[in-house]
Amino acid sequence: MLPLVLDQVSFTVNGKTIIDRVSVEITEGPRTVILGPNGAGKSVLMRLCHGLFAPTSGSITWQGEANGRKRQAMVFQRPVMLRRSALANIVYGLKLAGVSPRERQLRARDVLEAVGLENVADRPARVLSGGEQQRLALARAWALGPEVLFLDEPTANLDPGSTREIESLIGQVRASGTKIIMTTHNLGQAKRLGDEILFLADGRLVERSLVSQFFQQPASAEAAAFIRGELPWS
Amino acid sequence: MGELLSAAGEAGRLIGGLDPKLTEIVLLSLRVSLTAVVLASLLGLPLGAAVAVARFPGRQPLIVLLNALMGLPPVVVGLLVYLILSRAGPLGHFGILFTPAAMVVAQTILIVPIVAALSRQVIEDAWQEYHEQLRSLGAGQFDSAATLLWDTRFSLVTIVLAGFGRAAAEVGAVMIVGGNIDGVTRVMTTAIALETSKGDLPLALGLGIVLLSLVLGLNAAAYWVKEAAQRRYG
Repeated sequence: MLPLVLDQVSFTVNGKTIIDRVSVEITEGPRTVILGPNGAGKSVLMRLCHGLFAPTSGSITWQGEANGRKRQAMVFQRPVMLRRSALANIVYGLKLAGVSPRERQLRARDVLEAVGLENVADRPARVLSGGEQQRLALARAWALGPEVLFLDEPTANLDPGSTREIESLIGQVRASGTKIIMTTHNLGQAKRLGDEILFLADGRLVERSLVSQFFQQPASAEAAAFIRGELPWS
Repeated sequence: MGELLSAAGEAGRLIGGLDPKLTEIVLLSLRVSLTAVVLASLLGLPLGAAVAVARFPGRQPLIVLLNALMGLPPVVVGLLVYLILSRAGPLGHFGILFTPAAMVVAQTILIVPIVAALSRQVIEDAWQEYHEQLRSLGAGQFDSAATLLWDTRFSLVTIVLAGFGRAAAEVGAVMIVGGNIDGVTRVMTTAIALETSKGDLPLALGLGIVLLSLVLGLNAAAYWVKEAAQRRYG
């Protein structure tokens, strides 16, 4: 399904430009981390790629085709759990994806075990802890067997322990052959989980570099300022 | 004061002794209003969910209309249903005027807007929280509406009970289309109106007590069910 190609993509709401003529080709392989200050448009860019928003101008294509909805999934900053059991939340996603009833149960059980939630399979999803809910959200997305997984600040609301668990699970998802595209605030996380950085500022794609290069010698002044400003907090 | 006390005492004896006349009136009231609330829920809940989830031209005027119709005066509904069901009316050939069926029709019309407008509000609030997640999982509008109806089920119970309370307590519509015929279409509210004007205060008061306790009991039950369910499911 990859490469994902954005050609001069802009997104405007009520006359305010959120994403400004972004062109980029995202290929299979490297883990892509979208970085940038608050309000740079990271989440919006990701939603455009995922198909939740339509670009105001420009085009987004998957392997040259406009519709790439099928084999991609997304994990949001705040997981939205349905008012039913943990297992049923995963089954729900599989049902919408057209998986047969028998297969749904098997796959849901498997993926719950993979994220270490098999012992809460029958508990209502909404009473699970924040970390467990995010693992469940990751499981729900992973169960769909996506070629590309988008993660929008997946650990922004979690404590360090839960963050470690999610990071290690992202590693497993990646090992299963899924392309990872994520945003984060946390520069340490960007170093740990990223291979390449897309740096956004004011809705523009300012820089694209390998992680090692980005942190040692950023090519743009904006990125250099961002790293200086953020490092004490990371 | 003495009259009130003796009436209350007599009312207590009628209720305690399961007075056949009083029982018959109470049972008919329940039959009519419960049927109406079931029909109104079957119509109003999907309507509320559809308006909450779908975007179509004229949606906002429709919401305003539904909200306004919550305040429909029962006597006006009674009059309209009377005109439609009377011998010369468009549905006169069914011959259901002055039967419990006509009362069910009138009460259903009265409470469909209540169920639809209030459920629209509840479901739209949930939609704000869910819509990105549901769209990301590939849910269409129909799937989303069905999912939200199920996920807001505890709040919807309260709405349905509000509808029941309105149906059971109204007098104008059932008086006009039912005719308050003894043993056929006499329900609690019409009986109270009649017995009060005749001066048979004990029966009127007895019915009043039953009506109040019924509405109170149902709402207490609904409240605890909702509380318990929300503690359990989050």
